Amino acid sequence: MDILITGLLLGGTYALIAMGLNLQYGVARIMNLANGEMLVAGGFAAFWMYTAGQISPFLTIFLLAPLTFVLNWLIYRIMLQPLVKRAKSRGQLETDSILATFGLSFVMVGLMLSVFGGDYFNYSYLARPIVIVGDTFALNRVAAFLAAVVICGALYLWLNHSRAGLSIRAIAVAPDSARLVGINVTHLAALAFGLGGAVTAVGGALLSTYLTLDASTGVIFTLKALIIVIMGGVGDVRGTIIAALLLGIVETLVASLLDPGLTLAAAYTLFILILLFRPQGLCGKKPT
Amino acid sequence: MSNTVLSLRGVTKRFGGLVAVNAMDFDVTEHQVMGLIGPNGSGKSTTLNLISGALKVSGGEISLRGTPITALPAEQINRRGIARTFQLVRLLPSMSVLENVVAGAVFGHKRRWGQDARRHAETLLARVGLEGKGHLRVGQLTYIDTKRVELARVLASDPKLLLLDEWLAGLNPSELQIGITLIKSLRDEGRTIILVEHVMDAIRSLCDTCVVMASGTKIAQGTPQQVLSDPDVIRAYLGDDDV
Amino acid sequence: MTGTDIRNLILSAIALGICALLPLSGSGYWLSIGVTIAMFTVLATSWALFSGPTHYISLATAAFFGVGTYVTGLGFETLPFWSLIGIAGVIGAVLAALVGLATLRLSGVYFVIFTLGLAELVRQVITWFQNKSGQKGLYVLTDISEAGIYWMLLSLATAVFLTGWLIGRSRLGFALRIIGDDETVAVHSGINSALSKVLLFMVPGSVAAMTGAILAPRYVYIEPSLAFAPMLSFQVVIMALLGGAGRLWGPLVGVIPFTLLWESISSNFPQQTTLLLGVAFLIIVYALPRGFVGLLDDLRHRTRARMAEGVA
Repeated sequence: MDILITGLLLGGTYALIAMGLNLQYGVARIMNLANGEMLVAGGFAAFWMYTAGQISPFLTIFLLAPLTFVLNWLIYRIMLQPLVKRAKSRGQLETDSILATFGLSFVMVGLMLSVFGGDYFNYSYLARPIVIVGDTFALNRVAAFLAAVVICGALYLWLNHSRAGLSIRAIAVAPDSARLVGINVTHLAALAFGLGGAVTAVGGALLSTYLTLDASTGVIFTLKALIIVIMGGVGDVRGTIIAALLLGIVETLVASLLDPGLTLAAAYTLFILILLFRPQGLCGKKPT
Repeated sequence: MSNTVLSLRGVTKRFGGLVAVNAMDFDVTEHQVMGLIGPNGSGKSTTLNLISGALKVSGGEISLRGTPITALPAEQINRRGIARTFQLVRLLPSMSVLENVVAGAVFGHKRRWGQDARRHAETLLARVGLEGKGHLRVGQLTYIDTKRVELARVLASDPKLLLLDEWLAGLNPSELQIGITLIKSLRDEGRTIILVEHVMDAIRSLCDTCVVMASGTKIAQGTPQQVLSDPDVIRAYLGDDDV
Repeated sequence: MTGTDIRNLILSAIALGICALLPLSGSGYWLSIGVTIAMFTVLATSWALFSGPTHYISLATAAFFGVGTYVTGLGFETLPFWSLIGIAGVIGAVLAALVGLATLRLSGVYFVIFTLGLAELVRQVITWFQNKSGQKGLYVLTDISEAGIYWMLLSLATAVFLTGWLIGRSRLGFALRIIGDDETVAVHSGINSALSKVLLFMVPGSVAAMTGAILAPRYVYIEPSLAFAPMLSFQVVIMALLGGAGRLWGPLVGVIPFTLLWESISSNFPQQTTLLLGVAFLIIVYALPRGFVGLLDDLRHRTRARMAEGVA
């Protein structure tokens, strides 16, 4: 029970991060391998605001979200849109965007290393115990989970009920038809990319309240987010959430029963099983 | 011993709830040119994709010279002697015209390699009217020439059955005459061909027999004259109101 | 074999002969640079054999390399060194076949993600085993000199180039070019695309494992974080693409300048290597999409066009 709840708490934040990546991959069609670095940058911002100004991470995110939205929107407009335009095929865009976002991720790691150094960073915020169904948990984990739930819920409602959200989902399902019914695909792709980046950075700020990060851990989170997106199905919000919770639980299980050093191995095992048996994702339909 | 090359029995394809091809039955005999015709969305291309293995059937059986090929992957079907062109021409952009044709000769039904494959490809290029253009990049070709290259590529493995998916589509009137003449010459060589086609002139002058599809079902079969005067066929093409 | 083939063969043999003389110069510094260049030539060239035609970006080099170093680390006391290289090659090929079977049927993204984490996965598993058995790292104490390593790498490089040349002339090589251009055409031309990709992916897997086995004595002490350093995979990708993955000798053109640049940056500004890696990726995508080789081709086409104009 203890493990299950810890896993769920972790999975909640994972869901947020993976939602960010899913917006970028599902809508903007960019497999953003610098996603983890955006997360670490969000964590850095929260850390810096807290240690320098005693500002709560839960306030920082309100500043962080618009800033990272603009940053990611610019990244899409300046770096990625030219690639989309020059690509002759889906495969070429895939290769180009993988290489470009790898480049971006290393540049970001390099910059963070020179600004903050290579040390681990963490801070103590809301590190008080809280009792849930008889077991004790750290309050920061619970608070981060609740914030993730609120943001995920807001995003879900926005995607399903607002005009822009519906258009974004239309692009994810059928980009060519979306263009035909008058949806400005380029504009919305940039919007989705920016939004995805902002969501990821906020996820990073939430994670930093209870996980220790350093400048080069981004890639691990990129991997986890990718695995979640693939497990849940590209462009599938519900699938992403289920996959994230599942990964959170499996990781916690492995860490507490086997060895904390094997969490990525556990994520990978899940990934291999999905690739072998359900490459279309947990909830996805079989491609025809 | 029958001279049936290809036979379809109860072939069905479902996409989710939609039945794209419903219980298709037909035979193609040797040296026959069969037209597969019908309005847009009637399931012609899907049928071709089922025969060539690009799609998997949901039910029924397809056999080539009496051997079932229903469950085989596309490359196995090609190796057994069914070669196809594509509705939108697909050439290999990084290769020369000659290499594009060699690509069809190396791995398919009848396999050639090295000088043998090159000589064969050159012969075929001359055959489709592209003599001396083997060294060109495919990007330098006119539209009809890209279609010729694709035709030479599918001929390169000496297939038992050719599937041409709207090979004449998009040609201008003078090119169309050239195209029809070219396919007629293939028929005169005694090749077995299934044509998915919209161009009525071509159907009349090329096909020995036609299968007409509407909404995934076969609605008529016979010579072009027979099927094109069939009231069911006219209704399928023009809609009920016009009859 | 044509006249140009024979000429190229003779020129390559002479170049190889000159390279083989490097240890006799007596400079330890240049020999060590030579080992690094030979290592990356082997890795980048074999990488491009698969990734050049298929456009699948493999980041598994570090995983195969690490497995190779561990083969030497665990076996050098009981088995002759040459047999360890062979064993590493076989294990690398088998591992590559398994990875290929799981991922190469699917889109390129799955393959990249999978290979990206493979080194980390193997590292975690080995670390876990070592923790359970209470062992930390392995000492690899052999009497193999730096020059010996250099010559072995040079022989491996020769083998890789020969393999690449043979594949380029084989049905498999032709099949891979067709797959890289249009996989749909490939399968409808009778090519078993999954099998072809898996077979070819076994080449870089096997070669990288052999490279690791050869280089293990150089490290003296190996531990998982050293043997499976993910940076290696990225360096290989950059060098191959910088040179141009479309030609057999393309990666070599990228390996030499990038190794020298990397050496000077990492000795003068050790904090900035990651930044360099990032900038190199961006340069490749935005300025040199077909590498130096593509740049050379364009220049040659342009001068030829200009000369043709001059004549007319």
